[in-house]
Amino acid sequence: MKHKKYQKLLINVIIAVLIYALVMMAIQFGWIGRQFLSMIVPVCTNVMLAVSLCLIVGFLGELTLGHAAFMSVGAYSGALVTLNVPLPSWLALALGLVIGGVTAALAGVIIGVPVLRLRGDYLAIVTLGFGEIIKSIFNTLGITGGAGGLSGIPMLTTYRNFTLVFILMLIVIVVVANLVNSRQGRAICAIRDNYIAAEAAGIKISKYKVMAFVISAFFAGVAGVIYAHNISILKPGNFDYNQSIEFLVMVVLGGMGSIRGSIIAAVILTLLPEVLRGVADYRMLVYSIVLIAMMLFNNSALKAKLVARKNMRKSTEVSKEA
Amino acid sequence: MKKMMSTGLAAALVLSMAACGGNSTGSATADTGSAGGQSTAADAQSTASSAEGATAEFVIGGMGPLTGSAASYGISVKQGSEIAIKEINEAGGVNVGGTVYSLKLEFADDEATEDKAVSAYNSLMDKNIQALVGATTTGCCMAIADLTMADNLLVVTPSGSGVDCVKNPNAFRICFTDTLQGNTLAEFAMNDMGVKNVAVLYSNSSDYGTGIKDGVVSKVEELGGTVVAEEAFGDADVDFNSQLTKIKGTDAEVIIVCGYYQAATYITKQAADMGLDIPFLGSDGWDGVLGTVTDASTVEGAIFLSSFFSADTQENVANFVSEYEAAYNATPDQFAADAYDAVYVVKAAMEKAGSIESDAMIAAMTEISVDGLTGDGISFTPEGEPNKGAKFIQIKDGAYTVYGSDSADASAADESAASETAAADESAAE
Repeated sequence: MKHKKYQKLLINVIIAVLIYALVMMAIQFGWIGRQFLSMIVPVCTNVMLAVSLCLIVGFLGELTLGHAAFMSVGAYSGALVTLNVPLPSWLALALGLVIGGVTAALAGVIIGVPVLRLRGDYLAIVTLGFGEIIKSIFNTLGITGGAGGLSGIPMLTTYRNFTLVFILMLIVIVVVANLVNSRQGRAICAIRDNYIAAEAAGIKISKYKVMAFVISAFFAGVAGVIYAHNISILKPGNFDYNQSIEFLVMVVLGGMGSIRGSIIAAVILTLLPEVLRGVADYRMLVYSIVLIAMMLFNNSALKAKLVARKNMRKSTEVSKEA
Repeated sequence: MKKMMSTGLAAALVLSMAACGGNSTGSATADTGSAGGQSTAADAQSTASSAEGATAEFVIGGMGPLTGSAASYGISVKQGSEIAIKEINEAGGVNVGGTVYSLKLEFADDEATEDKAVSAYNSLMDKNIQALVGATTTGCCMAIADLTMADNLLVVTPSGSGVDCVKNPNAFRICFTDTLQGNTLAEFAMNDMGVKNVAVLYSNSSDYGTGIKDGVVSKVEELGGTVVAEEAFGDADVDFNSQLTKIKGTDAEVIIVCGYYQAATYITKQAADMGLDIPFLGSDGWDGVLGTVTDASTVEGAIFLSSFFSADTQENVANFVSEYEAAYNATPDQFAADAYDAVYVVKAAMEKAGSIESDAMIAAMTEISVDGLTGDGISFTPEGEPNKGAKFIQIKDGAYTVYGSDSADASAADESAASETAAADESAAE
């Protein structure tokens, strides 16, 4: 059993190293055009956002529509740090990442504590409202530049610094994956599976709910900081609920409660609109059709059959080994 | 596993065959072993060799939202530039130092969001654009400003009115900045209308309204006038009675309305009901107001600034409007006209520079003068701002007319307004 666990870990490490090496070589040797070079960092940030959202939606089992708001809190606070703190750019970025994450986590506490009593649709509506409030605040505050937003943010996390972005993305994935398999993660999953039974078993629901919200918000904030330092301009209008829904779509498409699924869905959904530029006027139409087709496939008998076959093969392998 | 490998092999086979196809059209001696890089090199060679021939291709990139809530702007920009490019190509292309170039447009959708703008711009660079007409919206212009600077690309934005859109020396714009528009309105009110006390009614829902308002207020004070009232409204408002009542209580001689035509419709109607008999002066968002008023007499005599006016009888404008209507079955708006002019500006820069090198074209930008739809003799300052006369449109007998078009006296006034615009432009640039 122990052997199996290490084998799985080894496979994951090899996959990560391979992806890193491939992307680095693609950057170095110019295998891909500029369009896709500029998509590398957005793909990484969307993976981070999808994985962190997966913690709330997939494992805690709560619907939230405020993930873009957490991201924007992180993005704005991180950008304000690098814009205003007179430090060498690398130190400023490190500080910005930490502060961006922490302020977003604070926002997670603020939204997490009062809505503990709410579940399901009600929580979704409250987080929706929270997102709109954050947007209005950024729209009116002087320090965030109002409707015009912040511009001239130093571009410190573009694809040229892919190593840094990739490491941060791995940290997010590893932390969330390990958390889910830990004692705390099992408690979070128990709350999802049966609220009452979990409480009866002595799990402090409020504690774990807030914990999930705070961790998720922290990583969303870090992703926001990377986003801000990749495109160098922030506008409040970009972080509306449509953006939150886009992250939610990634998690749902990936199969709720599957980190690997969220990663794959985030990569596909970020790249798809760019790949489809060739069809010009029908781009968004084709994108929507592909989305519908993927959702249908995800819930189809065909997929269930494929998964069953895969599981069967696995179990026969296991029985052979035994 | 076997299945996967065979699929992979088949894919590799198809790819190498495609590479062979690419190479055979390029040069006969190309090595078929190395796939991608070689074939693109061959392609580049073939375009380079055809460039020495009679006509070569010059690729202009365009950017704007074709989907999303701001889609109408991007579609107008795309269609306006298509008309210009078609006209230029039909007239024989652009002659640059003996080589005739035909223009080609590559347009990318940026959805009016900043992150999409970056990837849209990069996708255009993958298509080897040599100049950019765009981006359409202010945010997208700013998102790509430093990238275009690093690529040393000539950028002419048709409609990015935010001040920072042209902060880099490679970027120029066709439209007025919001502040400059406000300055021009204030000058017109004080100098041409001869008033001293100005009331300002502005939309605070966007940068547009507040930007123009700031321009008006600063210029009025600079010229020694008084702003007797400053009243704000939201773009979705329908009741303006409280603001108008306040203005009625002052000794305002003109009301400058900085906003869009929907608001102007309600404002003029409610002012007429109230018996408020003060002339109106509007920003360029007023274009289209006659289509929404129920009684044209409420806007009779009102004047607004517009750089483009689709019912203008000037020959080039009338031609453009009829061509546009024939091609797209729609009336062109200011965005289309700005984009049309932007393409002609790029053409003029190519001809003036006598080269298609970016450095030469950017240097030539300050030396050109283009008679466009949005103004005669458009020229550019090194800061990227346009020098062009503002057109004022007056509503007379329920129809749009160019202000002062019927008397020599007024046209002189118009000219002085134009030269003042240029002066204001310089002061804004400083």
